[in-house]
Amino acid sequence: MAILTQDKRKAAGRNGRPLPELIFGDLWEFDPAPESADPKLKARYDLFVGGDFVAPKSGRYFDSVSPGNEQKLAEIALAGPADVDAAYQAARRAFEGPWGRMPGRERAKYLFRIARLLQERAREFAVAESLDGGKPIKESRDFDVPMAAAHFFYHAGWADKLEYVAPGRKVAPLGVVGQVIPWNFPLLMLAWKLAPALAMGNTVVLKPAETTSITALKLAEIIQDAGLPPGVVNFVTGAGETGAAVMNHPTPAKVAFTGSTEVGKIILRALAGTEKKLTMELGGKAANIIFDDAPIGQAVEGIINGIFFNQGHVCCAGSRLLVHEPVAEEVVAKLRQRIRVLRVGDPLDKNTDIGAINSREQLEKIRALVDSGVKEGAQLFQPLCRLPSKGWYFRPTLFTEVTQSHRIAREEIFGPVLSILTFRTVEEAVEKANNTAYGLSAGVWTDKGSRILKMSTELKAGVVWANTYNKFDPASPFGGYKESGFGREGGRQGLLDYAQLA
Amino acid sequence: MPSPAPKAYARLLDEVGPVDAVGIEERVAKYATRSIKKSAKVWGLKAAVSMVDLTTLEGKDTPGKVASLCRKALRPHDDEGVPAVAAVCVYPSMVRHAKSHVADTGVKVASVATAFPSGQAPLKTRLAEVRAAVADGADEIDMVINRGAFLAGEFGEVQDEISAVVEACGDAALKVILEVSELETYDSIRLASFLAMRVIREGDFIKTSTGKTSLNATLGNNQVMIEAIRDFYLDAGVAIGMKPAGGIRSAKQALQFLIAVKETLGDAWLTNERYRFGASSLLNDLLRQLERERTGAYQAPYYFSEAAESY
Repeated sequence: MAILTQDKRKAAGRNGRPLPELIFGDLWEFDPAPESADPKLKARYDLFVGGDFVAPKSGRYFDSVSPGNEQKLAEIALAGPADVDAAYQAARRAFEGPWGRMPGRERAKYLFRIARLLQERAREFAVAESLDGGKPIKESRDFDVPMAAAHFFYHAGWADKLEYVAPGRKVAPLGVVGQVIPWNFPLLMLAWKLAPALAMGNTVVLKPAETTSITALKLAEIIQDAGLPPGVVNFVTGAGETGAAVMNHPTPAKVAFTGSTEVGKIILRALAGTEKKLTMELGGKAANIIFDDAPIGQAVEGIINGIFFNQGHVCCAGSRLLVHEPVAEEVVAKLRQRIRVLRVGDPLDKNTDIGAINSREQLEKIRALVDSGVKEGAQLFQPLCRLPSKGWYFRPTLFTEVTQSHRIAREEIFGPVLSILTFRTVEEAVEKANNTAYGLSAGVWTDKGSRILKMSTELKAGVVWANTYNKFDPASPFGGYKESGFGREGGRQGLLDYAQLA
Repeated sequence: MPSPAPKAYARLLDEVGPVDAVGIEERVAKYATRSIKKSAKVWGLKAAVSMVDLTTLEGKDTPGKVASLCRKALRPHDDEGVPAVAAVCVYPSMVRHAKSHVADTGVKVASVATAFPSGQAPLKTRLAEVRAAVADGADEIDMVINRGAFLAGEFGEVQDEISAVVEACGDAALKVILEVSELETYDSIRLASFLAMRVIREGDFIKTSTGKTSLNATLGNNQVMIEAIRDFYLDAGVAIGMKPAGGIRSAKQALQFLIAVKETLGDAWLTNERYRFGASSLLNDLLRQLERERTGAYQAPYYFSEAAESY
């Protein structure tokens, strides 16, 4: 890593006195507070096909490693094309069999059951999620798992009311759908994908990300316990090749992908000319825009939440901060203070604010982009917090003096790195915010309601948060503009992406 | 003449910046998720004990009850490792009794003056009360601001009265009670904090409430006030103390308030020179938790001496 800097304000203040500074030291150090619930992991996880755990036909397995300490957690089956084919056959049989004929009110019961079983095992799932993915336990406990359950509950409620989802039209399921999800919110993305597909009456073949397969396979246990008919949900695990097999298989009527824009483009090229329906939720480089009349203290909190939530592994992370010039200095000073208080470390410690980077590969990518920022002349600030010796960690990072043409202002870093730019007028803020290939989300902080409404129509982003950030609800559709993808997840709109309209 | 209030309010709000209530609530919710264990917990509990202003403010207070309170303040628990509290807080008529018990012990005598809790007495009377309490030996004065004047936008009057009390205090430290429940909004709490801080001295305090209204100290209004203290300190270089009062009854709550201090104002405020709890029943819960850490078991409440009956 390049340079480490603490807040260096050397200039003496008025009357020659040193400028007042706050001390965030170790007077009151917190003892470790590890979450102790048993994640109940198996040593080896097979594929979940046709309602059963089955060994991969190749007999090959790969390791799932905990990013918090680089220890092996379990072996995960590597699905080849033959396994993917078997999964699709099971899904097709289930669609043509019991599931396809089942009335919505019956399907709802299964979804309610899955939601409740997930709630009952919430702590176990939260620990598994943090172990496997590296996110802090307080996030998996307070956000990922409850939100995943909420998505099942919400869509269970829709399953017997589908005749009202598109007034005046008839809706029917698409059939078999193929889904590939990313590693940043393994269980939550799974719920976003599964719940609407099942509520609408489809059957599913889903591939979790190779670094974070465990909670999907644990959910397979819940699916078994819920008595879902065999083949309605199938999980095939593996890396990119398995994903390609899921996307390119001729069976699915629709494929849905959440992941990087790069992979999204490969999928689009591969599927061009086929009749498959597609939805894509891809990258982002969201602008978080702070006006001078905003409540600065709370805006700073929102900026922190916007970029450091889940180590910045969030497609809608507020990774570009646009600050109104009159308050730029104050906002940057407060951000520097605030990140000194963030606790980086063991994902299972209940006091950890920033956990581990999901993989070594991702850590390298973040480092490379941060180095490019330093090389291109941006000013780096990182607090001098201690990092664990084992595991993949990265300090929360601020970049000032960033311009529109810096790589760190254009490319998605997907890490705890914030690029700070300034603006003078509302027009300039909109212009800069929209000057990106992405368009997933944006934030606006101001005390003026009229300005919020104006900005929300002019920002080319699927979600615009006002005086808050990273707020989610199953009833609220989520999705992007431009290279951030198309299609919506959540709400009525999300359901319709899994339906045929007649 | 139209009232100057809206203009004065808007002007000051523009100067010190607004507060977003939703944002404050979200921030303080995070303090409640912190998990404080083992030695960190013991440190926090002892720090909290040392920050208590052990209080009795009742019409039925007697010299005997104050004596009992003072003995509890000096020696909260049989365990020698437990520190004394910061101060005892009593009505002005009880100051000389309190002083006779705690003089030269390090435990201060604080007195609520200025026609506590309403403040509805002529300024002359209020100042005379302050002078009397100081003359009787009060080390600290807890005053109430003129909420009527604040809500009417007469900020000059509010500040002039505080300045007059500062003068009447002499060497005694001053704690300015904003009575947050009568200010209603976080914006107003922030404004009133700044009004007070601009006329008090380094080492003086701002305080949430009298404990005599429906809503007292909460993590939310504590956060608004310590952020105001932080912003004022970074701007003017003057370190003001903070005292949440009323409503903090459990050790768990007290630790959450201290986490807020640690993460907002930093280590320099984790001392009873700059942070106090206005409380009474809190003390025995802190002791009970300390005993729990020491022995591994909870003791029955009757193992802990009451400072004085009925509070």
